[in-house]
Amino acid sequence: MTTQDGQPLIHARGLVKRFGELVAVDAIDFDLQRGEAFGFLGPNGAGKTSTMRMIGCVSPVSEGTLRVFDLDPAEDGVEIRARLGVVPQEDSLDLELTVRENIIVYGRYFGLARSVLKQRADELLDFVELTERAKDRVEPLSGGMKRRLTIARSLVNEPEVLLLDEPTTGLDPQARHVVWDRLYRLKRQGVTLLLTTHYMDEAEQLCDRLVVMDKGKIVAEGSPRELIERYSTREVVELRFADDDGRPEDFSEWTDGLVSRVEPLPDRVLLYTDDGDAASHGLHERGLVPESILVRRSTLEDVFLHLTGRSLIE
Amino acid sequence: MSEVAAHTRLTPWPRSRPAGLLIVERNAMVYRRSWMILLSGFFEPLFYLTFFVYPLGDFIGGVTLGDETLEYAAFVGPALLAASAMNGAFYDATNVFWKLRYGKVYDAMLSTPISPGDVAVGETMWAVVRSLLYSAAFLNILLVLGLIESWWGLLILPACFVIGFGFAGAGIAAVTWMRNWQDFDLVQLVMLPMFLFATTFFPLSVYPEAIEWLVQALPLYHGIELIRALATGDVSAFQLVNVAYLGLMGIVGMKIASRRIDGLLLK
Ligand SMILES: Nc1ncnc2c1ncn2[C@@H]1O[C@H](COP(=O)(O)OP(=O)(O)O)[C@@H](O)[C@H]1O
Ligand SMILES: [Mg+2]
Repeated sequence: MTTQDGQPLIHARGLVKRFGELVAVDAIDFDLQRGEAFGFLGPNGAGKTSTMRMIGCVSPVSEGTLRVFDLDPAEDGVEIRARLGVVPQEDSLDLELTVRENIIVYGRYFGLARSVLKQRADELLDFVELTERAKDRVEPLSGGMKRRLTIARSLVNEPEVLLLDEPTTGLDPQARHVVWDRLYRLKRQGVTLLLTTHYMDEAEQLCDRLVVMDKGKIVAEGSPRELIERYSTREVVELRFADDDGRPEDFSEWTDGLVSRVEPLPDRVLLYTDDGDAASHGLHERGLVPESILVRRSTLEDVFLHLTGRSLIE
Repeated sequence: MSEVAAHTRLTPWPRSRPAGLLIVERNAMVYRRSWMILLSGFFEPLFYLTFFVYPLGDFIGGVTLGDETLEYAAFVGPALLAASAMNGAFYDATNVFWKLRYGKVYDAMLSTPISPGDVAVGETMWAVVRSLLYSAAFLNILLVLGLIESWWGLLILPACFVIGFGFAGAGIAAVTWMRNWQDFDLVQLVMLPMFLFATTFFPLSVYPEAIEWLVQALPLYHGIELIRALATGDVSAFQLVNVAYLGLMGIVGMKIASRRIDGLLLK
């Protein structure tokens, strides 16, 4: 019944999701191994949620192969769902129940005994630091608290894989860090995580391995570091100009021989190079004077830009 | 801090109990806080009887069924009980509308081992439970007023269960087709005439034969026949037809609802 060691927990080949004419997920392949934190990084509309819903057995597969725990979602959806934890993109908390009741009732859906659940709910509320709100209604909680409660709830059945669809979208920076911290602890405890995000910093922080997704397709796969090494340079020089008059039409004459690639964006120009300081020094010597120069390390944002010509967050 | 990760499996699998019961349990937890609504199930029929049925009875006298003459209240009381079992179940079932269209409760449930069929069964059973609570309150009033004349009356509550089940199933199915408030008005357009014409206030014999057939096709007619027979003791094999009609309606309704919920939520 359980997966053998070495066999992936989730296995997809040529996986397709269609909504009428629209192809939301366009023949993707991936494998999730036990114990890893795996991410789907992509902008809105890339097909991340559609993929997660197929894995969660709440959306039928249109075409291709999908195996979860070596079971077929179309046949064994009930058993698969019993072994998954799900944090959906939109919170689906029960607004008619209290914080603690949300965990207990959700656990009951898995057929767990009330006596087990009472203790489990207290542990989980402690884990997400919501013990003080246990008896409160859900509605007045902040976005970050609701998210943490949803995470606590998803752990009630001790899932073998935790699916997180955009776990911190819409949260303020502080609330995001609290959520990241909890997810990081789960990862250390050996929980297998599968998450989607359109934040490159989230992907870098949490994922051991990720795929970059765009328009339903997987365009690259690897660890954050591998992806940056493969598709970007070590450093990036960001140039901003006060007005369009000061900004050259053609950069090649200024940057030839100095950098490996130029990416002009509407509000700034990105220069890809392994030595940012040397490049900005060189520009200065050639007499180019932008309003500001910033040298930074390459990120997954640069990888995405290189692969698709667009930025992650429009 | 204790570890929250999976080391040993907590989840008993496969499940042993019907999952629909878990939804009844969830609803009961929510409902605990609003049990006062039940009082309406008690007072509403009391007002009906006091201010409408008894005065009307004084005005028109009794009702003759076969060779027996009944006090008017003894004729209408059981029918009102059947209608109350119907309304309790049907309108409770249509409350599912909000959960289905606007709430996320079912999205959460369906990401657990709960399936659309469990939701349909669970919400139907819950509507039946609530309807039975109203029916029990109402039955008490009829007993106190001496409007139950036979020992067959012991079967009235089980009969209310059958009526509640039939209309709860129909209600759950109906609600999956509704999109907005206008659709609720359409439902009213069916329910109110049915309440008035299904022999609630006068016997079938007042209608011309063609209309008699139409009335006999109404589900509430079968509910009323069932309760009235048990209350007066004038029981026949026709009551088995009543039970079969209502039971089938409930089962078919649940099946339709299960399919529709699947189609609506699992896209
Ligand atoms: N239920 C649906 N019906 C029709 N189209 C849908 C539905 N869900 C998603 N889509 C479409 O599928 C595409 C992928 O959406 P989604 O999987 O939500 O992407 P993401 O989660 O990456 O933002 C989008 O174009 C979206 O509009
Ligand atoms: Mg999404």
